[in-house]
This record gives sequence, structure tokens and C-alpha cells, in this order.
Amino acid sequence: MARKVTGRHVAISTLAAWLAGFVIFFPILWMVLASFKTELEAFATPPSFLFFHWTTENYATVQERSDYLHHALNSLIVAGGSTLIAMLIAIPAAWSMAFSPTKRTKDILLWMLSTKMMPPVGVLVPIYLIYKNMGLLDTRTGLVFILCLGNLPIVIWMLFTYFKEIPKDILEAARMDGATIGRELIYVLTPMAIPGLASTLLLNLILAWNEAFWTLNLSTLNAAPLTTFIASYSSPEGLFWARLSAASTLAIAPILIIGWFSQKQLVRGLTFGAVK
Amino acid sequence: MGRITLEGVQKSFGPVHIIKGADLDIPDGAFVVFVGPSGCGKTTLLRLIAGLEDVSGGRILIDGHNVVDVPPAKRGLSMVFQSYALYPHMSVRGNIAFGLKMAGLPKAEINQKVEAAAATLNLTPYLDRKPRELSGGQRQRVAIGRAIVREPKAFLFDEPLSNLDAALRVQMRLEVTRLQKQLGTTAIYVTHDQVEAMTMADKIVVLNAGRIEQYGSPIELYQKPANLFVAGFIGSPKMNFITGPEAAQRGATTIGVRPEHIAVVDDGGEGWSGKVLIAEHLGSDTFLYVDAGALGTLTVRCVGEKRLGAGDAVTLRPEPGRIYRFDNNGLAIFA
Ligand SMILES: Nc1ncnc2c1ncn2[C@@H]1O[C@H](COP(=O)(O)OP(=O)(O)O)[C@@H](O)[C@H]1O
Ligand SMILES: [Mg+2]
Repeated sequence: MARKVTGRHVAISTLAAWLAGFVIFFPILWMVLASFKTELEAFATPPSFLFFHWTTENYATVQERSDYLHHALNSLIVAGGSTLIAMLIAIPAAWSMAFSPTKRTKDILLWMLSTKMMPPVGVLVPIYLIYKNMGLLDTRTGLVFILCLGNLPIVIWMLFTYFKEIPKDILEAARMDGATIGRELIYVLTPMAIPGLASTLLLNLILAWNEAFWTLNLSTLNAAPLTTFIASYSSPEGLFWARLSAASTLAIAPILIIGWFSQKQLVRGLTFGAVK
Repeated sequence: MGRITLEGVQKSFGPVHIIKGADLDIPDGAFVVFVGPSGCGKTTLLRLIAGLEDVSGGRILIDGHNVVDVPPAKRGLSMVFQSYALYPHMSVRGNIAFGLKMAGLPKAEINQKVEAAAATLNLTPYLDRKPRELSGGQRQRVAIGRAIVREPKAFLFDEPLSNLDAALRVQMRLEVTRLQKQLGTTAIYVTHDQVEAMTMADKIVVLNAGRIEQYGSPIELYQKPANLFVAGFIGSPKMNFITGPEAAQRGATTIGVRPEHIAVVDDGGEGWSGKVLIAEHLGSDTFLYVDAGALGTLTVRCVGEKRLGAGDAVTLRPEPGRIYRFDNNGLAIFA
């Protein structure tokens, strides 16, 4: 028997969903609100929610004190570059593991994932020294490299699961239909893999954009992306909540906008295969 | 032309020997069905012919040419998969046209052929739909359309109807046979359903554990099963097997009698006496499951509505010329 969905049920679950969504979104909302407060109001207890003196002075200060565009460009290069390189390496890797697995494929996948189980701080000193010796400290190249390596296991895993979902039968049907490997790839595999590729790319971009351990530790100014830009508001002369919030809002704005516009693609990719 | 010959074809997956030497000659235009229990290697044998798996030994000839080193795309065969394996991102038209596009045919000719195939399969109204917008039966038709449009040397079907409901299956069974006869193209059809095999085939290949048990027309297999396996597999309900003195008396280790070759008699004459355990009334037929003492439980098929129920005592008499005899290796003893 199909479960009866009454109007009251719908109303309650809608309310609950909105509530949960609001709770999850609240920190971001709070940050955006704080960025429009004065420093004093940002600290006030009890805090005022909407009825405070709205001001954009924090944004002006942030703009004055540091070069947002410089950091944003760095973020773009580092996150974009590391994502692209990771995809270029991961696609053939995941491909071969999904379509011609060997006895050791599962082990290799697990081994790759296991590297993510170690806290990055455990290898900070050796990596720092290597970077220092190779002159990679505070360079975009260095950051692209480390973020690419850091995300590679996750990218390969995600792509592997997407490729696995593609029924082998369909590729064989294409072969029976006279398609060469190249044409099979162009006409059949790629179109079927695109949602998966797109969501992997987006997720990896978000991860790389927000990555704050390596970027903070391996860059100071020249290569510093937006994470360093945010952090610079939390240290020197004590905490400035309002300014910090303004900086953070600026920092996540681009990725939030990308995420907003690609959410359909992202959701489709992440639930790919769940409903055929 | 599409004559397919197998010579000592073998296949192993690692240490596991799946196909243990298959010899077969499929004449041009024949409808041949591979039938056997699940896991006996039917799909594997079909995939070897298609070229989707490499043989471990032996030769496969298509029109006299050894094709074991020829990739599937170049063998000129087309295949209908159990899962349909339609291209999900292409329309019905795109799916049917794909093979022709790969062959580099001019657009006008592709369109004309696709439309002809669609008309044959009643798919014309659906040409611009995506596979996910079609019912199971329609998807099946698209898969068949994709196979016929290329005018291959032979069709390979791997349990194509097993995902359809019973009524649709019977209808598609007829359509596939009719289409094959109309086109006159060789077809190899894999199924585990012996009824499908009996109704569709010109010739049946009975497979068991990677071996060909028998190759012959449906009637041959029914009338002259080569061994116990074929005797038990072909025919529904299953043949009754009797061992012991009753068999020894006829010079065999095992004797077999089909349910339809046993009569329930009440003339007081000779026969096997037993007691009805269950009676299944189908209207046209009645199936009796009879406890025949030392002979075991026998299945009997009577025509019409027999007024018999559980517990009734009956006398059974096998038709004299219809008792199959098997030696201690399970091989049929003829004459
Ligand atoms: N790629 C493979 N690797 C290992 N074993 C396989 C492979 N394909 C099939 N087999 C084995 O071969 C046997 C026959 O399989 P299959 O031809 O699919 O049987 P059928 O189609 O008659 O049900 C099965 O035991 C199956 O496990
Ligand atoms: Mg099979």
C-alpha cells in the first residue's frame, strides 16, 4: 500500500526541511550580517539580528588594507589549476581501474584513500623543508602542486564510482555497432560521464578554494589565496569580527555564486545512479 | 550470408574452464537457440561468437573465415542485450542510427533505413523520445531495431525477453520469430526457458556445464533425447525417471516416461498403481502428481477435466512405444 501523504504531513515536513536548511545556513547568514555591523555591534551581547546600524565601512577598510583582487586571482589560479591537473591525472586513472580492473585495483584505491586518513600536520615539517629547498614556498606552483596531490585521492574515488555506474553493456553495444575505441569514447562514454565529471570538478574546486591548512602554511603574500587574506584579519591587532566577516564574505562569494549556478548539475552528479 | 561454425571452441576465465570444447555448424538463415540452466555458459559462448570475449582455444568461422582475431566491430554481427543497453543520451532515432553512422553511410540513406526499421517495429511515433521515456517492450523493440537496421550477417540475442512480463514475452516471441523469417538472417538466441527454445528454434543447442549435450530440431530433442540431461530439460512438465527393477526389466539403468505419455486407465488391466497426491486442474489439462510406491512420485498429464482429486487410487499405463531407456552413463539406448 502506498503511504498516504496528507496535507498536514506535507506542511510539517516542509517546515522541518526549511528549519534544517536555515540552521545549516545560519552561520553564513550570521557572517554576512556581521560584516555590515560596526565592530562594537558585532561584539554586542545580546546580539542584534537585523536592527543594527547597517554600514559598509568594513568592506571599505578591507579593500583599503589589503588587495582583494590579488588574493582572489591567486585563489582562482591555485584552485582552478590544481583541479584541472587533478582531473587530467584522475580521469585516465579512474577509467582504467573502472573498466579494466585487476586483482589489486581495490587495494590501490584503499591505499590512495588511506593517505587522506593522516592529518596533514603530520607531514608539515618535511613538506615545508622540501618546499624551502626547492624554492616553492609562497609560489602558486607550489600551492597548485600540493592541493592537487591532496585532492587527487578523492577525485579518483569519485570518478571511479561514476565510471563504475556506466553499464558495460552499453559500451559493448557500441563496439558491436562498429564504433572504434575513439568513437566509443566520444559518442558514448563522454556524454554518459559528463554529469559525474562536472560534479567532481565542482566539488574539487570548492575543496581547493576553501583549503586552509597548506595555503596558510606555505604562502605569505605573493601566492597567498583568499584563505590567507581572511586569516590576516584574525591575528595581528586582536580580533575584528566585523572586518573578518567582511573579508570572509568576500572570500567565499565567488565560490558561492559558482555553487549556486551549478547546483542542479552538482546534485544530479552526486545522486547519479541512485535513480536511473 | 551468415554461416557460423565453431571448431573446438574453449574458454577459461583464469583457472576456471567455462566452455569445454564446442563444435557447432549453424547454417545460413537458421534460427538457433542456445538453451541450458543458468550458469552453463550460454552467454559466454554467445560473447565468444560476438568477439566480446577472446577464445582460449579453437576456431570460430563466419562464412568460412576464421574470426578469432577479428574485433567485434568487424565481425558484421549485431547483438541484442538482456539489459537492452540502449544509449541513454540518444533519442530512439539516434540509437537505431548509431551503427549506420559508424559505418559512414550518407545521411539520407541512414534516415530512410531508420524509418523503415521503425515502421517495421511500430516505433515511428517514438523516434524522438529518449529511452527512459519508453516502456520495457518499446525499449526492447528499439534494441531489436538497432540490430536489424545494420543488415548484419547474424543476430545474437542474449535472453532478450527475460525482463518483460509474461503476456508481452509471448507476443515478442512471435514478433522476433516472424521478423527473423522475414529477413532470413541467421539468428542465435540464448535463453534458459525451454518453452521459448521449443517454440522459436529451427534448431536447439542444449548446453550443460560448458558442454553441448545435443544439437537438433525441437522435435528431435523431444523424441530422441541423447541423454538423461536433455530428456529432463526438454519438455514440460519434466519427464518422469524410474530406476530399479522396473528399468532393469527393460534392459536399462533408468527409464523415462513423459507425463503426457502416461494414461490413467480403469479397465482393470495391467499398469502402475498409485494414489493421487495433488491434482492441478488447468481446464485444458489436468496434472496429477501420483505416489506410485516403489516407482516414486510420477507426474501425469491428462487432457481435459479429469474428475480426480487427492487420495484417489489410480492405475497408470505408459504408452508402450514412448518409454525412453538410458544406460548407466545416462546415455540414451536406442532401438
Ligand atoms: N568475466 C568472467 N570472469 C569469470 N567468470 C565468468 C565471467 N563470465 C562468466 N563467468 C562464469 O562463467 C559461467 C557461465 O556464465 P554465463 O555464460 O554467463 O552463463 P549463462 O549465460 O549460461 O547463465 C558462470 O559460472 C560465470 O560465473
Ligand atoms: Mg546469461
